Amino acid sequence: KMGCWIFNESLSVVLLLVWLGLNLYLFIDTFHWYEKDDAYLYTRIMLGSTLAWARASATCLNFNCMLILLPVSRNLISFIRRTSVCCRGSLRRQLDKNLTFHKIVAYGIAVNAIIHIVAHLVNIERYHISQSEEAGGLQNKLSGIGKAPNESYLNPIRNYEANTTTQMLTTIAGITGVLITVAFILILTSSTEIIRRSFYEVFWYTHHLFVVFFVGLIIHGMGQLIRGQTPQSLLLHNVTYCKDHYSEWEKSAQCPLPLFSGNEPVAWKWVLGPMVVYICERIVRIWRFQQKVIITKVVTHSSGVLELHMKKRGFKMEPGQYIFLQCPSVSQLEWHPFTLTSAPEEEFFSVHIRVAGDWTGALFKACGAEGSVFQEPWKLPRLAVDGPFGAATTDVFNYRVSVCIAAGIGVTPFASILKSIWFKCCNPNTELMLEKVYFYWTCRDPSAFEWFAELLFLLEIQMVEKGKSHFLSYHIFLTGWEESQATHIALHDDEKMDVITGLRQKTFYGRPNWDTEFRQIAGNHPSSSIGVFFCGPKALSKILQKRCNLYSSADPRGVQFHYNKESF
Amino acid sequence: MGRIEWAMWANEQALASGLILITGGIVAVAGQFKGWPFAAYAIGAGVLVCLLEYPRGKRKRGSTMERCGQKYMTAVVKVFGPLTRNYYVRAILHAVLAVPAGFLLSTILGTVCLGIASGIYLLAAIRGEEWSPIEQKPPERPQLGGGTIKQPPAMPPPRPPAEARKKPPLEEAGHTNPVAVTAEAE
Repeated sequence: KMGCWIFNESLSVVLLLVWLGLNLYLFIDTFHWYEKDDAYLYTRIMLGSTLAWARASATCLNFNCMLILLPVSRNLISFIRRTSVCCRGSLRRQLDKNLTFHKIVAYGIAVNAIIHIVAHLVNIERYHISQSEEAGGLQNKLSGIGKAPNESYLNPIRNYEANTTTQMLTTIAGITGVLITVAFILILTSSTEIIRRSFYEVFWYTHHLFVVFFVGLIIHGMGQLIRGQTPQSLLLHNVTYCKDHYSEWEKSAQCPLPLFSGNEPVAWKWVLGPMVVYICERIVRIWRFQQKVIITKVVTHSSGVLELHMKKRGFKMEPGQYIFLQCPSVSQLEWHPFTLTSAPEEEFFSVHIRVAGDWTGALFKACGAEGSVFQEPWKLPRLAVDGPFGAATTDVFNYRVSVCIAAGIGVTPFASILKSIWFKCCNPNTELMLEKVYFYWTCRDPSAFEWFAELLFLLEIQMVEKGKSHFLSYHIFLTGWEESQATHIALHDDEKMDVITGLRQKTFYGRPNWDTEFRQIAGNHPSSSIGVFFCGPKALSKILQKRCNLYSSADPRGVQFHYNKESF
Repeated sequence: MGRIEWAMWANEQALASGLILITGGIVAVAGQFKGWPFAAYAIGAGVLVCLLEYPRGKRKRGSTMERCGQKYMTAVVKVFGPLTRNYYVRAILHAVLAVPAGFLLSTILGTVCLGIASGIYLLAAIRGEEWSPIEQKPPERPQLGGGTIKQPPAMPPPRPPAEARKKPPLEEAGHTNPVAVTAEAE
């Protein structure tokens, strides 16, 4: 179990090292090839090591450009998540970090692009110098190849007087090189955090320059400017001898004139697959957008919380997942993630949206939540839904006793989970292994989550009706309260119902004492395997994990707490 | 979605262009490429652009994240008054600075990027945007009583309960606070 934990924690580090390792391997392998291979001996005479630097970084660029489209193919990632058979927990956590990986690969492209461009700038200058008389006989001889009609050139700079800038900017490689670098730079400058958060549209539209980038990348190598000796020529022309006897070329049998050719462009082989995948991804998103989403109910809760009940054909969800919502009348481009708060057993799916910014505020207005007048159904805005994404928390049902802990806004996925537990528990057809659920909720400001308190209230009533009042035991901890509120609570402390939430089980004030709680749970279920599920800040997650380890008994038949580190 | 302030993107783009000019210039100067005096110029122009663009301007809406240590450059840039405040001037300046670097292959990338930044600044200028320095907040007065006294009482005793105390200050009976009560700017 400890090994599994270490594995989970450092899987990200391991993957990063694998990526770096592959980059280094490709770089060094290509570098070595261009530094040592005979076919490039004459090219190296003119260019030196910068040939190898340019080609090695080009291979790494191809590799990273291949990778960069994959982490942003959201639906592909969901597909992998759904269909993966092994290592589901750790795989899911990694897949949630897809955007981080996308950025890391982008940095990789940037670094390799710098190496590639600097190396080629030096190469072009060295080609230029090879045409001058000071370069020496061999270089001049090599540069001169290509003047006769049946010769293929080696030096793309054909004479010394040529202006390298104009020469290069009239080649395919030169034009596409500048174009794709400029596209890349524009993408980078519009993707800084400040631009992304402040002016999302600039970021999103400019990012589409990646189309220019990829098309340019594929075309970039077609000019075949970097040339090496052909294999047939190598057989006839003995380079080790002939390189020191360049005056004998064409005259002696050992040294016929070397023939050169460029390499076939390979970038397309690297990037074609991911490009196709990404095109499919965009098609899927458009198709998802076209699918009708009907809003069946709009509920306004206090403190600016909007509950939307929706229906969409073929929508299947599991507790703990989230969807992306788009409202074209508010913004054509923005998709925002919201945790699903309905159970899979319900006929609709719902989200609770808290007004926290421009988009949510505008959506609030569009749904007519601001007025107290009943909103006609046809006036409701059209919505698009993508998803569901994210890790499903079905493990809750695999334990006899489950402890669910939510901190602050982390309570939202538990709405779905608790409702699902309720449905399963009431369904006479399902065999539920779960016998007892402990739910802990620490919250600073309960007013924003009154809807959740109402949900608990409802569950409490229904449990009592079904005679299962001991199935769910929940504890709410308010860690922030107003002075007047505290006084009011103290005065009514002996009453049966909790004054704040109206719930039968009382609300506590201050933070929970986890030691007491865990000890009590362990005492209640001495030989059970207990699952612990948490959603909230990392610091608390660490504390809970420690408690799980502490209160699990050393005896394997005794109580065992299993901390499920799911990222919601 | 807030209205876009183009100057923010132009600023990022110009800063990147400055760095690209410097890099391209250094490569050409170090390698003594043909025409390297253009590269030396590019280094100078790049440094100038970076220094000018480093301090972020204040946003019209919302708070602006300062770049690390930008207050020193803010003071310098502020001195030039309308020359640095007006984005038309910046657009023209960047366009002019970019041109000579276009003659050398090493620095032509910087030219193109700076040209684009100049274009975005032009757009910002047309939209009426301006550079305003991010001022330092005045230092807070040291708290009396070790910080346990938070706000002086707004009304003399006897005071009504908290709900009534939240009335707007205009309705108060002519009591002025000895310590200025500053509200956080939006």
